[in-house]
Amino acid sequence: MKARAFNYVRASTVVEALKAFEDAQDDASYIAGGQSLVPTLALRLQAPELLIDIAHIPALRGIELQGDWLRIGALTRHFEVLSDPLIRLHAPLYSEAAPHVAHPAIRNKGTLGGSISHADPASEFPAMTLALGAELEIAGRDGIRRVPADDFFVDLFQTAIEPGELLVAIHVPVVRSGHRWAFHELARRRGDFALVGCGILAEFSGDVVEHVCIAFFSVGSTPLRARQAEEALIGKKLDQVAIAAAQAIVGDDLNPPEDEHTPPAMKRHLARVLLGRLLGEIARQDV
Amino acid sequence: MSDLVNVTMTVNGTEVSHSIAPRITLADFLRQTLELTGTHTGCEMGVCGACLVILDGRVVHSCLTYAVQASGAAIETVEGLSERTAIADLQEAFHQRNALQCGFCTPGMLMTAHALLSQPGVPTREEIRDALSGNYCRCTGYEAIVDAIAKVARDRDAGVIAQASEEVGAWAC
Repeated sequence: MKARAFNYVRASTVVEALKAFEDAQDDASYIAGGQSLVPTLALRLQAPELLIDIAHIPALRGIELQGDWLRIGALTRHFEVLSDPLIRLHAPLYSEAAPHVAHPAIRNKGTLGGSISHADPASEFPAMTLALGAELEIAGRDGIRRVPADDFFVDLFQTAIEPGELLVAIHVPVVRSGHRWAFHELARRRGDFALVGCGILAEFSGDVVEHVCIAFFSVGSTPLRARQAEEALIGKKLDQVAIAAAQAIVGDDLNPPEDEHTPPAMKRHLARVLLGRLLGEIARQDV
Repeated sequence: MSDLVNVTMTVNGTEVSHSIAPRITLADFLRQTLELTGTHTGCEMGVCGACLVILDGRVVHSCLTYAVQASGAAIETVEGLSERTAIADLQEAFHQRNALQCGFCTPGMLMTAHALLSQPGVPTREEIRDALSGNYCRCTGYEAIVDAIAKVARDRDAGVIAQASEEVGAWAC
């Protein structure tokens, strides 16, 4: 199908984009890469009066180290996430996830900010945003605010971004020595949406887990943290006993929807398998 | 109804300018307005890869881009690549290896293959398959397509080596 008729404006600054949205009385959508938005318009799941093109706003671009934080502009494209050396060094879970995000041609156009604000519960980048403990910089009429990832993903395709607001950048606390991480997903074919996926960032003090963030995707209405599994690991050495304890409880952390191809019991099983593999991988990493 | 927007872009080296409705995708603009029908529209939702074009040097789905978004950009379609003989060896290898049957997916396959082989090094079969993961073919079953791309990758690499040794040879004289 084709999209319903709409008007189009290209914004050159954030202020201009916010103003255009307000003038359209909220019957508008921002478009950056458009790799999720254009199909939803073609299927008429959305039909805004106005599309505001934000792809040419310089303030939304750039990747920069700011003290202990890496600022990644919302317009950073997936192929840039895949190859950028600063992201590889400071926010490595994004780099590890990037080869699994869609197909090469989609990665050439899709943006990190777009993926995160779209908040598809089966997408890699929103979950890695949780795992990395990132903060989202959001611009609105009243200025800029920063929302921690834990408060950002509200429900299915719903985030803390209010109508008219715009995701400007992703701020990631940089990984330090003592940090270990791992990412993996189970999918029928590479590039397809994962059946279950997970990214883990753990902070060790010697060989004891001091802090850990386990973020799953494709197992509920939002990307979600396996809080009980995390708690089972805190203060422990990452041995087989600790890993088994986390695996035993992780099913309770997840809330997979009914699905005739991958029923909840199967997703919980896959999550247990995946968690075991990832924690095993982290246990073997030398610091 | 929506307001028409004036778009100007370079398509296969020629600047074009048209007044169009914003809902027109780049794929429809190329096919219907410019009558460049080598770019195919299959799924029109970014899955099948038949509509791939090069936008500012990178391969993208023209069905997932509105033409207005591409205003100011440089576009190259399969006609452009074909006419400047950038993919003549790929076309020949596809022909020789029977890497097409109905041919509907072929423009997209050629676009992906061109992008892959424009990068340095010789891709493995695994890497070729990974690059093609966003291109659907419903007739040939991919093996012949991978064969054709692998052959061109080897030939181009051999050509580069031969040219380099010729240059070294010339210096030696």
